[in-house]
Amino acid sequence: MIARLLPLAVFAALVGLLLYGIEWNKRHEMTEVPSPLIGKPAPEFTLPLLYDSTKSVSRKELLGKPYLINVFGSWCPTCQFEHPILTAQIKPLGIKLVGLDWKDQPDDAKRWLAQFGNPYDAVITDQDGRAGIDFGVYMAPESFLVDAQGMIRYKRIGMFTPETIKSELLPKIAELSTPAKAAQ
Amino acid sequence: MLPELGQFALILALLLASVQCALPIFGAWRGNRTLIALARPAVAGQAVFVVLAFGLLTYAFATQDFSVAYVAQNSNLALPWYYRFSAVWGAHEGSLLLWILILNIWTVAVAAFSRKLPDALMARVLGVLGFISCGFLLFTILTSNPFLRHIPALADGNDLNPILQDPGLIMHPPMLYTGYVGFSVAFSFAIAALLGGELDVAWVRWARPWTNVAWAFLTLGISLGSWWAYYVLGWGGWWFWDPVENASFMPWLVGTALIHSQAVTEKRGSLRAWTLVLSIIAFSLSLLGTFLVRSGVLTSVHAFASDPARGKFILGFLGIVVGGSLLIYAIRAPKIAGGKLFKLLSRETLLLVNNLMFTIAAAMVLIGTLYPIVGELIGAGRISVGPPYFGFMFALLMIPVVCLMPFGPFFRWGEGNWRASWRALRPALVIAIAAVLIAKFFVAPDTSLRGLAGVAASLWVGIGIALYALKRWRESPRGKRYTPEMFGMILAHFGVALFLAGVLITEATSVEKDLRFEPGQSQNIGGLDFRFRGVQRAQGPNYIADEGTIEVSRNDQLIATLHPQKRAYGGGGQIQTKSDIDPGLTRDLYVALGEPLDEAKQGNGAWAVRVYVKPFVRWIWLGGLFMMAGGFCAAADRRFRKLPEREDEKALAPMTVTQPVEARPVEAGA
Repeated sequence: MIARLLPLAVFAALVGLLLYGIEWNKRHEMTEVPSPLIGKPAPEFTLPLLYDSTKSVSRKELLGKPYLINVFGSWCPTCQFEHPILTAQIKPLGIKLVGLDWKDQPDDAKRWLAQFGNPYDAVITDQDGRAGIDFGVYMAPESFLVDAQGMIRYKRIGMFTPETIKSELLPKIAELSTPAKAAQ
Repeated sequence: MLPELGQFALILALLLASVQCALPIFGAWRGNRTLIALARPAVAGQAVFVVLAFGLLTYAFATQDFSVAYVAQNSNLALPWYYRFSAVWGAHEGSLLLWILILNIWTVAVAAFSRKLPDALMARVLGVLGFISCGFLLFTILTSNPFLRHIPALADGNDLNPILQDPGLIMHPPMLYTGYVGFSVAFSFAIAALLGGELDVAWVRWARPWTNVAWAFLTLGISLGSWWAYYVLGWGGWWFWDPVENASFMPWLVGTALIHSQAVTEKRGSLRAWTLVLSIIAFSLSLLGTFLVRSGVLTSVHAFASDPARGKFILGFLGIVVGGSLLIYAIRAPKIAGGKLFKLLSRETLLLVNNLMFTIAAAMVLIGTLYPIVGELIGAGRISVGPPYFGFMFALLMIPVVCLMPFGPFFRWGEGNWRASWRALRPALVIAIAAVLIAKFFVAPDTSLRGLAGVAASLWVGIGIALYALKRWRESPRGKRYTPEMFGMILAHFGVALFLAGVLITEATSVEKDLRFEPGQSQNIGGLDFRFRGVQRAQGPNYIADEGTIEVSRNDQLIATLHPQKRAYGGGGQIQTKSDIDPGLTRDLYVALGEPLDEAKQGNGAWAVRVYVKPFVRWIWLGGLFMMAGGFCAAADRRFRKLPEREDEKALAPMTVTQPVEARPVEAGA
């Protein structure tokens, strides 16, 4: 009897896991419940530039102007879907666009950008994913809006669509002129 | 008016589906012939209304009725007519309707082609199919109505995602769904057998052709998807281990195990319980795939708009269908292992190894796919495992399969003759090793280990199966040489050989280059001359493109002219790279246009161009086509449609058949 209940038990565990997945997703729905990092300073980082690995960019150097970090990778199919939207609709917004090439081989990333075009003002690389952990990245693409004071103001998990740009990103960019609410 | 009719049609279909589900199963239980006889009319009625609903949605797309929200979201005035049809299943709501349509087509086919089977069994089979249909119709009507109006009507719609505007994508979803949904038939037969307590092997014989056809369609659907990814994503890869690809791959893996275990059960009576479990799991994984794609639990290229309410609904339905069937299985599965005995060295053992490997592979893919959720649960963060995990694990699991596969046909049922099989197969091994040595020392000394392994594995499997075909040809009398079932097996196994060659040789020997090309400039890649003739503007039906021209020649002999494009679609200004490919049996030339490198010359200067030379890549899909053909061929075997040996009367009353299950005490937890 036990052997014959085994498939059922495995399946019950699976359903439990999926239910958890749905609940988790709901709690982490992109806009409603902010990520713990929102309203807090962006984590420190010093990362090499993709096109010149002898130079690097740190959080400090980016202070003074708001910017949007877009986490991508040449291995990530969804990034390829987001790419034309990034080029056509986010780049024209005029905000500094920083590409974070995540868990990727620099050569692959260069090829990828050469083929599809490079919409970024600067591309930094996080080959081993350390910075990704600090930022709490769990998949690409993912984007962080950081204000002039280095505070994370908004985070988008998954790709931008024309709709989410209109409903989420544009209002958040408009709010940038007002200082961030103090973090608890 | 018409869209509302479509919604009414869906509701009527739901009502008929509930009739089709409840009454025949009840009738079969009570032995009530009237209720049993209701099954087929209910099937026909439901199908009529589902076809009507689907037709009305298609009509709304064809006539560009932008007052229907779904139409407005997924098409626009500029969309060419042929994509208006495929746009019907371009997003969540319509693809769900396609799912239901295909389920109905399968149900009608089962009802039509199984007239000779016992009525009670058929009532249960159709009832279970009706239950599944009920769930999906309810899901559509409650959470995903494709006929919802957008008031006021829009003048023009959005656009179908440009990446979906491709001929390959017209056929990919219907084929894939036909495969997915087809496993519902094997599932229904298994549940019907469990419900009726008729756990002899007859149901397996009747379920076999359906399983083979479903598997063949799924093989075709996956191959089409992979082919599409190859030439549309412009990245030269053909498989990404993306969650949604995995969702279709898992049922395929278990389905592969199932068609083999069904063969054992049907012919030898062994592995009965296992075949039941696999029938349930194969379809459960199809449902799980539907859940993964539509719940937003995982993010993927293919993911539809995520909606937790939808996710919960499917999960609930999944719980009822799969949980329910596994519970029925736990209570009613045969308690005694039946069938003829077999020795350690026998075809049964080999097929058991096949089953284990494919099931473990499916479990491996499942774990990898759900890993982000598991990681979250155990507090390790939402980490996904990438292609390295899948690729490595899958290759590891398939090594024993490839090594043992040629022995399968040579080993007899019950007790195989190791020496004789080995003697018969020795030429295959000798040729494989010789080919590797020749390749390594004379033809291409720099071929990697992977490429050599590919050549060896492919020759081993391919020649192994050819030797078996030869043996049958020699030893059997004319006309009895190959049954369709056996011929299907030969085709499919030969497909595996082609597939192996394609995968491993491509991965080992592809040349990939990113080059800067001035107009008129020529460069040599892999022994071929690529000459860049510059870029021109080209106008498509709903896009403008920069179109490059590249001439490929060998020794001044022109062999191909390629026109890769970069398209800008009117609607959202979305840019899409369209690579151009010169296909060939032994190599593909693949060219994709990158960016203009001289901003000043406005596209008339140098361009970045990505060039691939991919030897034998086409064999990957050719192998898929052979496997598909094998599935269809095996399903055509007349033997599966043989009349059952006992009359209908007996089968009608489950109590009199074999040993009534109810009579046995169910020891809880024992």
